[in-house]
Amino acid sequence: MSDRTEAHVAPRATAAWEPRIVAFFCNWCTYTAADLAGVSRMKHAPNVRIIRVMCSGRVDPQFVLEAFAKGADGVLIGGCHIGDCHYVEGNYKAVRRVRMLRRVLLGMGIEADRFRLEWISASEGEKVKLVINDMVDTVRALGPLGLPERFHEWDRELESLQRTVEAPLAEARVHGR
Amino acid sequence: MADKPKVAFYWCASCGGCEESVVDLAEGLLDVVEAVDIVFWPVAMDFKRHDVEAAPDGSILVSMINGAVRSSEQAEMVRLLRRKSRLVVAYGACAQLGGVPGLGNQFDREQILRFAYEDCPSVQNPHKVRPQAQCREDGRMATLPDLHRVVRTLDQVVPVDYALPGCPPTPRLLGQAVTQLLSGDLPPTGSVLAPDIALCDQCPRKDSKPTDLRLDAFKRPHLTRFDPQKCFLAQGLVCMGPATRGGCEAACVGGNMPCSGCFGPTSRVKDQGAKMLSSLCSNIAATTEPDIDRTLTTIPDPVGTFYRYGLAGSLLRARVPRQR
Repeated sequence: MSDRTEAHVAPRATAAWEPRIVAFFCNWCTYTAADLAGVSRMKHAPNVRIIRVMCSGRVDPQFVLEAFAKGADGVLIGGCHIGDCHYVEGNYKAVRRVRMLRRVLLGMGIEADRFRLEWISASEGEKVKLVINDMVDTVRALGPLGLPERFHEWDRELESLQRTVEAPLAEARVHGR
Repeated sequence: MADKPKVAFYWCASCGGCEESVVDLAEGLLDVVEAVDIVFWPVAMDFKRHDVEAAPDGSILVSMINGAVRSSEQAEMVRLLRRKSRLVVAYGACAQLGGVPGLGNQFDREQILRFAYEDCPSVQNPHKVRPQAQCREDGRMATLPDLHRVVRTLDQVVPVDYALPGCPPTPRLLGQAVTQLLSGDLPPTGSVLAPDIALCDQCPRKDSKPTDLRLDAFKRPHLTRFDPQKCFLAQGLVCMGPATRGGCEAACVGGNMPCSGCFGPTSRVKDQGAKMLSSLCSNIAATTEPDIDRTLTTIPDPVGTFYRYGLAGSLLRARVPRQR
């Protein structure tokens, strides 16, 4: 076992690869700001899939982990500035969770820059554009995270069971053992 | 003898505590042996793999499998038992969630082998000998199973019908499960054979849990003298009760220790660690990033705290290896 090298096949950035970013935007501020950016005809990178939530405090850490596990290269949360939360303290809950979740992600080998929390009020359409463009650039430089591809790669070691367990049993049945 | 239902027990990457818990049925074990025919149980009986291979497919009523799956031998055995069994039960936290062995998923295989055979302070191995997959001696070839790249839960390797949670499952839950499975009145596939409610609901200290915790710092259990009556969270200790399934009869709380989460999540939760993180961190008092960070650093090992039993089965499964 000692001479085996770890053939970590990391997903590579090919020419066709584009960063995929999942964004959770608060209904009252950042989502409205994204709307404003749209009606103001501002252009930002098209790599972001925006999901509207009622509050940044509604973003369960499970949503973030699931986004990464299903193939996101980055996750962005947008909420109201501190003091402006429609539900008074939802954004405080968000920032507390985000600070800890960032440490968990680092512990699991996911770079801090793939996960971002920004306060963007309803009037800050320009900031939506800047944050998205900046995050897309940052994640593009990091390259693909590609968790689904990694999971698939890890699970290739189970494929040999077909040869070691399933096939001999089938053969035994043929020979009537 | 032949008409008794056949039962198999098997262990994978586990400590042996799950086997102990079967023996903890005490005299109840005699009733089990009376009711069933145990056809395979490596820790207690001398049946071999070829005995299982020789059994007709589906001839075993239920295989109770404990431990996480870490090696090729374990993966082969559970695939074999799955084929021979009508029901497979993930027995205990390691089989259900990955358990403590699942924490190995924070490291790659080389790191684990280097520590275990070279760097560990209690190891003397000047020639840096490591186990070989194959070794020839006196003209004979000895082989060892392959250490898998990641630790897996049982249901990441074979379809699993039921899970019996716990580190280890309690004798009461095991007794109930055996009775239920033998009666033929089977719960829906995929069920966890324990109440589907958080431990806090069954906790004897429930009444002392404040609605607003407002925590300033977390205390370490080994540095703290606990109040034996008061909610652990209210005392500033990380207690996994809010994110953990009940059914353990609050055994740890009864022993004046906070819950560490071995019963896994309820059915509404996908990722126990994320849910606990969410509940705990939103309840701290700090409102600015530096103060929040100061409070949160009093949890020195977040992955080990929130995913003590659940890392292998979590959404992220294992640490992303560093790029080379």
